[in-house]
Amino acid sequence: MVSANSFEPPAGGTTANGASYLADTVEHSAKILVVGAFGVGKTTLIGSVSEIKPLRTEESMTTASVGVDDLAGLEGKRETTVAMDFGRVTVTPTLVLYLFGTPGQRRFWDLWEGLAEGAVGVLVLVDTRRLERSFEVLDQLETQLAELPFAVAVNHFPDSPRHEVDELIEALDLPPGTPVIDCDARSHPGSVKALITLVEHALAARKMAQV
Amino acid sequence: MPGPGEYRDSPVRSYVVTGGRAAPTRNTVRPETLVIAASPGKPLPVTASRTERALLGMCRQLLSLAEAAVHLELPASVVMVVASDLIDSGHLVVRTPTDEPVNRDLLKELLNGLRKLV
Repeated sequence: MVSANSFEPPAGGTTANGASYLADTVEHSAKILVVGAFGVGKTTLIGSVSEIKPLRTEESMTTASVGVDDLAGLEGKRETTVAMDFGRVTVTPTLVLYLFGTPGQRRFWDLWEGLAEGAVGVLVLVDTRRLERSFEVLDQLETQLAELPFAVAVNHFPDSPRHEVDELIEALDLPPGTPVIDCDARSHPGSVKALITLVEHALAARKMAQV
Repeated sequence: MPGPGEYRDSPVRSYVVTGGRAAPTRNTVRPETLVIAASPGKPLPVTASRTERALLGMCRQLLSLAEAAVHLELPASVVMVVASDLIDSGHLVVRTPTDEPVNRDLLKELLNGLRKLV
């Protein structure tokens, strides 16, 4: 950080059990969802941007998992939990950004509905070695959450095949204008640039909607 | 800590903590909602639950409900229900309540802030 305007983020001290408080100057919070298949690097990306160690909450899920999860021996079970990782970054003295990592599989869609409310947009993390695993996520975004801006970030692993952006747009059948960016989820600047691309897209989409 | 999708059981069911409710009284309460205990502090009634006391105690300074949930070891959905009650009763205050969480000014501030992080 070399910018003259940079500042030291968390200033609030900690609780007895380690929660790191926000600076008292913070007025607003924004939220971006980071979605993708299991193992695609969601928590890595969140960790590379977050000013706190990524935290994990356990969310309750009810009927969505029935028929998918093996409930043998748990017939009385009505509630199951899914872990969700998140991080935060104080981007200006008055604004804090929360990044929520959400599993992409169909059976977790119930969880999204609540989370998508009030979100700036969705960063879809894709692994080109397992492109087909992204179809479910994109299908959900295009059908159920069509009003939510999203961008696709291709997380590069050492053995990832390199695709041209045009090829990816076609392979993933993305709506025209969807930003696709290369990204190394382990790298702080790489992850921040992916977020910038998404926010630029969200701002442009909002402009279009107002015309 | 269990991995994603793994099953973890808790001796206290979520509906016990929330008094049987699944949704908060306010639909503006979200995991990223920032809260702080009212100042000057308002004592809780003797009937207040342990979770209410713990949540209010945790929010002496500014914190999101998702973070409070992690440190209370409760699902965020449960903490949102409990927080709504404390907001209704005036014990907990939402920092900058808004009906429109995403607006142009916020997006611009977010963009400028992120650009300075690179």
